Parts: sequence; structure tokens; C-alpha cells
Amino acid sequence: MTRFVERHPVWALIVIVAIAILLWLIFAVWPPGLEEAIGRKRVFLNAVFNGITLGGLYFLVASGFTLIFGLMRNVNLAHGSLYLFGGYIGYAISASTGSWILSFIIAFILTALVGVLLQVIVFRRMEGQDLRQTMVTIGLSIVFADLMLWACGGDFYQIQTPSWLIGPIDLPLITAVKSSGEPVYLRYPLVRLVIFLASVVIGVAMWLALNRTRIGMIIRAGVDDRDILAATGVRIQLVFVLVFALGAGLAGIAGVVGGTFQSLSPGEDIRFLLASLVVVIVGGMGSIPGAALGALIIGLAEQLGSVYIPTYAIVVTFLIMVLVLAVRPQGLLARR
Amino acid sequence: MLKGSLGLIALTSLFLSGAAMAQEKIKVGVTATLEGTYTVLGEDGIRGHQTALNVLGTKIGDKQLEFVIASTDATPDSAVRAVRKLIEQDKVQILLSPLSGDEGIAVKNFAKTHPELTFINAASGAQETTYVDPAPNFFRFNMDGAQWQVGLGKYAYEEKKYRKIATVGEDYSFIYTQVFGLVLEFCGAGGQVTNRQWVPLGTKDFASVIAALPDDVDAIYLGLGGADAVNFLNQYQQAGGKAHLMGGSIMIDQTILSSKGNAKNALIGTLAASGQADTWEDPGWQKFVKNYQDAFPPNKRFPSPSLLATNYYGSTMALILGLRAVNGDLSDNQSKLKAALAKLEIDAPNGKIKLDSNRQAIGTNFVTEVVDDGKGALFSKVVKVIPNVNQTLGYDPAVFAKIGLPSRTVPECKKY
Repeated sequence: MTRFVERHPVWALIVIVAIAILLWLIFAVWPPGLEEAIGRKRVFLNAVFNGITLGGLYFLVASGFTLIFGLMRNVNLAHGSLYLFGGYIGYAISASTGSWILSFIIAFILTALVGVLLQVIVFRRMEGQDLRQTMVTIGLSIVFADLMLWACGGDFYQIQTPSWLIGPIDLPLITAVKSSGEPVYLRYPLVRLVIFLASVVIGVAMWLALNRTRIGMIIRAGVDDRDILAATGVRIQLVFVLVFALGAGLAGIAGVVGGTFQSLSPGEDIRFLLASLVVVIVGGMGSIPGAALGALIIGLAEQLGSVYIPTYAIVVTFLIMVLVLAVRPQGLLARR
Repeated sequence: MLKGSLGLIALTSLFLSGAAMAQEKIKVGVTATLEGTYTVLGEDGIRGHQTALNVLGTKIGDKQLEFVIASTDATPDSAVRAVRKLIEQDKVQILLSPLSGDEGIAVKNFAKTHPELTFINAASGAQETTYVDPAPNFFRFNMDGAQWQVGLGKYAYEEKKYRKIATVGEDYSFIYTQVFGLVLEFCGAGGQVTNRQWVPLGTKDFASVIAALPDDVDAIYLGLGGADAVNFLNQYQQAGGKAHLMGGSIMIDQTILSSKGNAKNALIGTLAASGQADTWEDPGWQKFVKNYQDAFPPNKRFPSPSLLATNYYGSTMALILGLRAVNGDLSDNQSKLKAALAKLEIDAPNGKIKLDSNRQAIGTNFVTEVVDDGKGALFSKVVKVIPNVNQTLGYDPAVFAKIGLPSRTVPECKKY
């Protein structure tokens, strides 16, 4: 951090000023002139919060994707299918048992199993052949999409939000002051906050596991140099299977999350694959903090875009991607 | 051994195809949105098409109708690609296509490049398709989006006493046409439309759109369909939304009313208008509902046919009746069929339909309200039936032309 400030004092200043302005926009009561210029504060605050929570969901999908890529150099284009598969499993479990929490656990286990099968049956056979693996995953994603369409139909599924999470809560952020002097607080859907917190917990846990545990050390070593790691006697194939299972399981959890606050239907697989590709390209391939930053940026861009420039909202995310590719092609937080 | 039996199979199939060739076939290409946001709509459209074949049969005199189905995703280029594939590879002679608004405009333009073939619109409802520069070989036996909103604005103003409304709609031609119909009537009656929000087709996260909805309106009109509508409702419920709602024709439809989950309950009591009403007591409609229900097991269909099923049923019916009128004669660039279709009047489940000089349907429209049947299923209940709705919505054609074409900002909120 200090090194960044020393090396790029101007950039650091700009970032600090931008953060200060953002904090002011969030916490201050807006003067009437500003409300007239860019609309009500409630709308702005909602868009920011939505962007952050949507970023949480994107992070869940993209972190598994980036983890698998980082270790195995394997662009798994069937990642979106794992997301959708997890969502459908989650729906089936929550519909039959009524337990939302249980649906997460089972979805994680089953998608992780699919991940293990993929790694053992498909990827191990073509290790090191990046292009071939990529083509195979494209093919698999099409096959999975059709199988799921066959099994679940084209219907929209929504995972029932548990009753203690339905509805909004008041956040201690003032959006406006009534003429009587009474402050109006921001009302925000509780379920989105919970999901966001959960994704932060998962992100931190993953960071800790990677940086503070022995298995994390092995994985990091594998990211740096696979061959040397294998030569030191680590059972690298086992590590591959483990990482693939974890990445797939995260996609499965993300499917349950997505099915709860959005919906599940054919086509979602491609949408989330695309989203995680963009997130990972912006953040840096193979980097977990990069995935977090990328997810936050893309989530905010989508939501702020949909409020302030609705017609071009779709373009904004891709513009960001183009910009990153032009200025810093390896991604914002990539190490190399 | 294996080789021998393979040869036998090949020979048998040769004979089989020979036998089939003896009977003359008429090949019809059908497109439906079986991918993307509107998948459920496409699937139910195909169910309506199947129901029509069950009822009317697939024989025209001694000729056999054969159908080839192609999938699209509601984008115009996917529709043109599917139609081109049906014509060039499958050699279809007649098309039953497409389902969605933008697709309709693209297929109509494409139809001009194949003047020898006949195109019957399956379900699309953008106004421009038949109103601007119509193709002489393109026939639409369903009403357009604006016709499907007739009665809604007036009913909301006079009976519900709504004075100010805002709209949220998907950003493409069919919803423009729907909002066009609504605004024209609501503002004509004296109401105000304060805000029109447009979201891209396929939007998943509506939270910010919901936050931006104005508070100071009597009702919010939703022009969404398919997955978008379900997502909106789900997030609307989570945000604790309480406003009065009004709905477009594919918003208040079995595709949404029978979606899984309980977010749809926000729609109970919602006022809407469409080319059909689930609980209409007309015997023709009831018979169609029964045929639809009998054709598919309960878990493979909706409790009652959606607007798409009804449209596909109507267009398939028009196709078969038209072909029967000329006894399957497709000679002379199908000119006899085209002439027969132009003057065909069909007794569709949702009322009598005839075509105007642009080959656009004139039919019956329904104002409805969503009710719970007591067992958790939602239906649209008729509150008003309006017969003989034409494309200019009862306006003098010269006045209507001055309003302009449906778009994000047209029509203005005023009395024309």
C-alpha cells in the first residue's frame, strides 16, 4: 500500500479523493441542488448497495473459476453449467425439505462431486493441452445445458427465501429528511445483505486457507510452478482434484444464491460464465483478491449503469473490460 | 453379422421413406423461442400448436402436413437465421413464425425476399410488423401489443380512479407497442404517465430499477415477460414493494402466474389487458382450455393455456383452414393460398378474428384482474370484453398516423 503511494502519488491522491467523495455521498444528507441534478439519494444508495451485493454473487462464481485457472491453467467453460446445476439441486432440496441452509450444503457437495468427476474423467486425460481442454469444456457446457433443459424444462425456478429473511430492514443511513425534521432511513432487502456477508466470509476464509494453511501453501506453490512441486513429492493430482472440487462447489453455492435472489432458467449458465469471465479478466486471471475487486467493479457498474444510463447499461461492463485490457492486459491485481 | 443387419436396416429405411414419399407432403416450418429469457413462452406456444394439430388433424385432402420446429432466442437475428435454415435446408413451403416482437419485424422484412412463400405470424405483436411497409405474403392472425391493451387505460382511470402511473418495460418493440396502447388510452382519458423506465431484455437484477420507482404514483405498470418478470417480482417482494400494479399481456399470463415460488402473489388484484382471459366463459374458449389440458399431463403444461399457446393455436388453425380452402393447392407461387388467407375469418378460442387490408388481425380484447382460485393458483378474471379492436385502435387512420410509431417516448402523454 505505502509502496503504491510512493510510486504513484497522483493516482493515490485521485483514489483517495474518489473514496472520500463516495463516503460523503453515502453518509451525508444530500443538498437539494444535488438531488435535482442526479436524482434522489435513495436511488443512488440502493444502486450502490445492489452493486456491492451483486458483486458478492459474482465473486462466488468467479472465485472458483479463477482458482481452477490459477492452479491448472484450465479455462473451464463449463463453470456456468456447474452454477446452474447447483441452483437446480438447491431448488430440489429446498422444495422437498423446506430448508434453505441444507440446500447450500447439498448443492456444494453434489457440484463438487461433478467437479471431481470432470477432473478425473476428462481433464486428467488431456493435461497441459489448454486448447483441447477449452474446446472440451465448451462441448460439455452445451451437453449439460441440454441435459438440464431435458430434466428441468424451460421453467423459471426460484428458491424460496426463508421467512426470516423476507422483506426489507432499515439501515442506519439517512436518505432524506422530512419537512417535519424526521429522518428517513434506507430500507434494504435483508436477504441481499445476508448473502453479501456470506460471500465476504467465504472470500476471507479462502484467503486465509490459501495464505495461512499447509494445503494453501501447496496450492500457491502449484500456481507458481507445477512441475517443481510435483518433483518435491507432493501428490499433485490429489491437489488438482481438491481444488477442482472446491471451485465447482463454490459455483454450486453461487447457484443457490442466484436462485434465491434472482431466478434459475436455461441460459443462466451462459450468463454467469460470461460474467465470471469478465470479472476474472478485469481482476486478473488466477488471483482471488483480483476476483473480489473485479466482481465489485462489475457489480457496481451494472447497477449504477442500470439506474443512470439504462439504455447503455449492458455496454458499461464490456467497456470496463476493454479499458482494462488496453491499459493493464494482465488484469488489475494479477501478479505477473 | 453386424454388417448384414446394418444393411437390412438401411434397406428397410429406404423402403419406409419410399412409402412416405408416395404421399404428397406440405412442409411447414415453425419457430419458437425455446432458448433464453422467453423459453417458457416458446414451449407453451408449441403446446398450443400441438393442441391445434390434435383438434384439426394434419391432413389436407390427400396431402400430409409435416412440421419442422426451429428454436430462436427472441433476438431478430436468431429468428432470421432459423427461418433461413428452415427454407434453405429443410425446404419448407410455409412458415409459422415468429414468437417475439423484434423477431416479427425482422421476419416480415425477410419475407419480402421470398415472395413465393407464405408466412403466417405465430405470436409476435410489434405494431410495426404489419403497420409499416407490410409484406404481401405475411399474415398476422393475432392482434398487436397496442390492440392487446385496449380498455386498460380507461378502466384504470374510470373504475380504479388511478390518475398518475409510471411504467417499467423491456426495451424492445413489443413492449413499446404495449405501452403505446396504454399511454394513448390512459392519457386520452385524462391520466398522467409520469415516468417510463426501460430495461434491457434479459435483465436479472432489478433491485436498482425497483429502488428508482417513483412513490408518488397511483399504480406502476409492468411490461415484462418470461424470466424478467419473475425476477422482477421476486426482488420486488424482497424489497417490500407495496404499490398497486398493472400488467401487460405477457406479464399477466400463465407463463408468470404459474411460475414456481410465491413472488407471483404480488400480482393478486393486478389489473391487466390481453387478447385472452383465463376464466372467460365463452364455450369456444372453455373447449380450447379443455383440449389443451387433455393434450398434456398436468406437470408438462400450465393450468390454463398462456397467450402464446392461444396465438399459436390460432395461427395453426388459420394455416390449416386456409390450406383446406384451396385443398392444399400451392401452385402459382401459392397465390391461391394467399388469397384464401387474406379473406379467411377464423373462430379462434379468444373470439372471431379477421384480417384488415394490411393482413393484420381485428379481434376481441379483454380487461382482466388477477384472482387466486383458493388453491394457490392464479388466474386472470375477465372484467371487460371489447370486440372488434382494429390496429388503429378506433382512431381515424390519418390521426393515428400522426401519433408516430411506438418507441421509448412515443406517444406523448396527451389527448390525440
